[in-house]
Amino acid sequence: MASPQATATDRPAPEAPPALRAAARRKKLVPYWLLLPGILWLLVFFAAPLVYQASTSVQTGSLEEGFEVTWHFATYWDAATEYYPQFLRSVGYAATATAGCLALGYPLAYLIALKAGRWRNLLMILVIAPFFTSFLIRTLAWKTILSDGGPVVSALNSLHVLGLTDALGITEGHRVLATPLAVVCGLTYNFLPFMILPLYTSLERIDPRLLEAAGDLYAKPITTFRKVTFPLSMPGVVAGTLLTFIPATGDYINAELLGSTDQKMIGNVIQSQFLRVLDYPTAAALSFILMAAILAMVTLYIRKSGTEDLV
Amino acid sequence: MTATAPTERTGTEVRLTKISKSYGAFTAVHPLDLTVPGGSFFALLGASGCGKTTTLRMIAGLEDPSSGTVELAGADVTALPPHKRPVNTVFQSYALFPHLDIYENVAFGLRRRGIKSVKKQVGDMLDLVQLGDFARRKPQQLSGGQQQRVAVARALINHPQVLLLDEPLGALDLKLRRQMQLELKRIQTEVGITFIHVTHDQEEAMTMADTVAVMNGGRVEQLGAPADLYETPRTTFVANFLGTSNLIAADVLDASGSDLVLQAASSKLALPAERCTVTPRTGGRLLIGIRPEKISLTHADDAGTVPDGRNRVTGRIATSSFIGVSTQYLVDSPVTAGAAPLAVYEQNIERDRRLVPGAEVVLHWNPGHSFGLDAAQSIEAGTDAGEGT
Amino acid sequence: MTAPSGLSRVTRWLRRNLVVIAGLTTLGYLMLPNVIVTVFSFNKPNGRFNYEWQRFSTDAWTDPCGVADLCGSLSLSLQIAVWATLGSTVLGTMIAFALARYRFRARSSVSTLLFLPMAMPEVVMAASLATLFLNMGVTFGFWTILIAHIMFCLSFVVTAVKARVMSMDPRLEQAAQDLYATPLQTFLRVTLPIAAPGIAAGALLSFALSFDDFIITNFNAGSTVTFPMFVWGSAQRGTPVQINVIGTAMFVIAVLCVLVGQLAGGRRKRS
Repeated sequence: MASPQATATDRPAPEAPPALRAAARRKKLVPYWLLLPGILWLLVFFAAPLVYQASTSVQTGSLEEGFEVTWHFATYWDAATEYYPQFLRSVGYAATATAGCLALGYPLAYLIALKAGRWRNLLMILVIAPFFTSFLIRTLAWKTILSDGGPVVSALNSLHVLGLTDALGITEGHRVLATPLAVVCGLTYNFLPFMILPLYTSLERIDPRLLEAAGDLYAKPITTFRKVTFPLSMPGVVAGTLLTFIPATGDYINAELLGSTDQKMIGNVIQSQFLRVLDYPTAAALSFILMAAILAMVTLYIRKSGTEDLV
Repeated sequence: MTATAPTERTGTEVRLTKISKSYGAFTAVHPLDLTVPGGSFFALLGASGCGKTTTLRMIAGLEDPSSGTVELAGADVTALPPHKRPVNTVFQSYALFPHLDIYENVAFGLRRRGIKSVKKQVGDMLDLVQLGDFARRKPQQLSGGQQQRVAVARALINHPQVLLLDEPLGALDLKLRRQMQLELKRIQTEVGITFIHVTHDQEEAMTMADTVAVMNGGRVEQLGAPADLYETPRTTFVANFLGTSNLIAADVLDASGSDLVLQAASSKLALPAERCTVTPRTGGRLLIGIRPEKISLTHADDAGTVPDGRNRVTGRIATSSFIGVSTQYLVDSPVTAGAAPLAVYEQNIERDRRLVPGAEVVLHWNPGHSFGLDAAQSIEAGTDAGEGT
Repeated sequence: MTAPSGLSRVTRWLRRNLVVIAGLTTLGYLMLPNVIVTVFSFNKPNGRFNYEWQRFSTDAWTDPCGVADLCGSLSLSLQIAVWATLGSTVLGTMIAFALARYRFRARSSVSTLLFLPMAMPEVVMAASLATLFLNMGVTFGFWTILIAHIMFCLSFVVTAVKARVMSMDPRLEQAAQDLYATPLQTFLRVTLPIAAPGIAAGALLSFALSFDDFIITNFNAGSTVTFPMFVWGSAQRGTPVQINVIGTAMFVIAVLCVLVGQLAGGRRKRS
């Protein structure tokens, strides 16, 4: 049995054995191999198309003669001036729907996360379950719910609510279908789960003892909510509003199914320019304006709300 | 080398040669030679970030050394990946597989080596750690102490040549920790495997290990049996990290005899030359160290009763705290020259009622109990106050 | 203090249960269309559109494929969803592991590339990809749909799997290696089973997203008709009751699966 010994040596240490160095080099390559196929996929089918799109937007020509890059930036100007009402409408509808989702979704997320107890799983299933029916079918159901002779419209009429909303311009002719209200209602409905899930996740993480501590430190329930619960749920609020606002802005399904020509959003324009009119440069220019506008708004919003570690 | 269990139970010697680890510009472990004798219970002791865990992980193969070699029983295993090394680890916070039950956790190593009939071995091992009834539970259904025993069983069932323990008791409460310390020591004596144990708890290291290496800043400060480290620390770090030491800076008046003559403030102190880690020089400076429990307190009125031949220092009691088996005093004394007061632990045999804060006292001790250290070191190294320096 | 009057008692009760009432109202709003879809699957409409209640009938339930192309589009959607799930789960899991377990250069660029598809309106991605396919002269159909679906599902899988792998203690894999598991065995026996819930969540999400996708499919399908496209078309041509039957059936099957899973999970936990 050798006696224990330890000495610190100041002589230069020998290099690591070559086998170790080769293994270390192989290890360094592993992440790149893992990334390669997926990233390639995104580069070819997501990033490259955007570049193509950019080039298309400055092309001129027709379907018969073919399109050519002529650096025709006027397309942007023309598209913007012609379709700015649809742009503004999209942002307005999406913002209203996002606010509606927050107002409707927060209580439910709060209920599930902090108050539901043993009902939590059941409520969670009920929130996710509607997903399993195709959203187009569910959107069509709103046509029935909001139909002119239906109970909702009759009730609103007898309460004279529709007279008021008609005056405000959010409904028309004492009906709900084919009005802004119907489109916003559909958008709110469609993106509500995208608001509830992130809200739930951030509310669920809150340590209930924090709320008790706030109460212990003389905060009324409403103050506890304003000063503790809500600030702590901010990541969920930011994620939820983004997940709602972004797709709602580009949506054209609700406007198509529940609105009339007066409620067309920018998505409807892009879709018809691309798939019906076949004016690819205009469709591309509109896409780019939409993308730039959304990226600008989102960046500003994230800066302001101070949560930059969303990814 | 294959991962088969050794047949002999005398334990395997672990030899580290000039082993080091750096991450970029940061050196976690400086080139280090270390030999752990076969069959010993060896502790690597140090504060967090001192390189002890990195050293352990290099032995396990979980960390590639930047330089140097690891030898087990004379065979170089430096280039072997962890799954080919005949060592097993009890991880910090256990790392039990949450998706497998206790039985499968313990059987994991045997199955990976292609052993088909594991039933008897796993059963015996679970009985050894008194968890036979818990075989089909999941780890998260067990208490901390039970999980710890599973982690030990999962490693030991493979009859490793060396068992590595990375802060194995850190997550347990004090009482359970004491119990498991004795339990681990018993198991080690029984199986005779070399245990290398990493801890930041000096009491744990001293209780369990036959040899302790105190690490600091990626180097081994001192290595030896617990009692030797405690009685004769070689650096201020070891003196302060292992228990508490009173360190007094003193001038060397005479270095010629077998007892050095030192002076601190107006007190003349004696120190046996062989208990001094540096070669003393007349006219130089030294740190003289004395453990709190070796100092006796006498009230100043009874100063005459202190026997001759003892080092004596005067002081005034600053605080006293009664903790049952002993009373701990902090005493202000001119010899500390404004540094931390001297600590004194008095056993509660005959308590002198006059020893209250404010009382003038004489502190005295047997010169053979003190030790001498190089005065060039920080007096606070290894204390809470010295941490982070 | 005087006893509270009836009115103030009611307001107090309302105030105390405000969250519950508001939450359940939202839940009602969420569930209402499903109720309508189910009820109207038993309707026998006059004319081509199934928007107004006429009378009870089980005709559509006894003959769910009675409409031309309906079940064909359903089976096509299911096929695409299965392949898209498989593709995006494999590719996404690989990326998630690279992000969660390794340090490498270009890390932030990779994160941005993964984030963008989730932060972009579908219509933009749809139009861009269709532009690429048009320019390359690719024939639209099954393959273009599948490529598009894998593309937009990928980021969601990465997010789900990455979260799980990040929360996994790296010491578990080290423990496996220490216990004689080769790197492959470590992956198969420890890493994969522990990451499985995250991978399953990602796969489930992919399946749902792919199966239900309309906008991207609308741009990249050519004349191929998936189930959502069939429903879209029927909104113009006339909505057969069978659409409601299929919507209801999918809802019921999914809820049953979840409930069975919950019960099985609960029982395992108890035993």
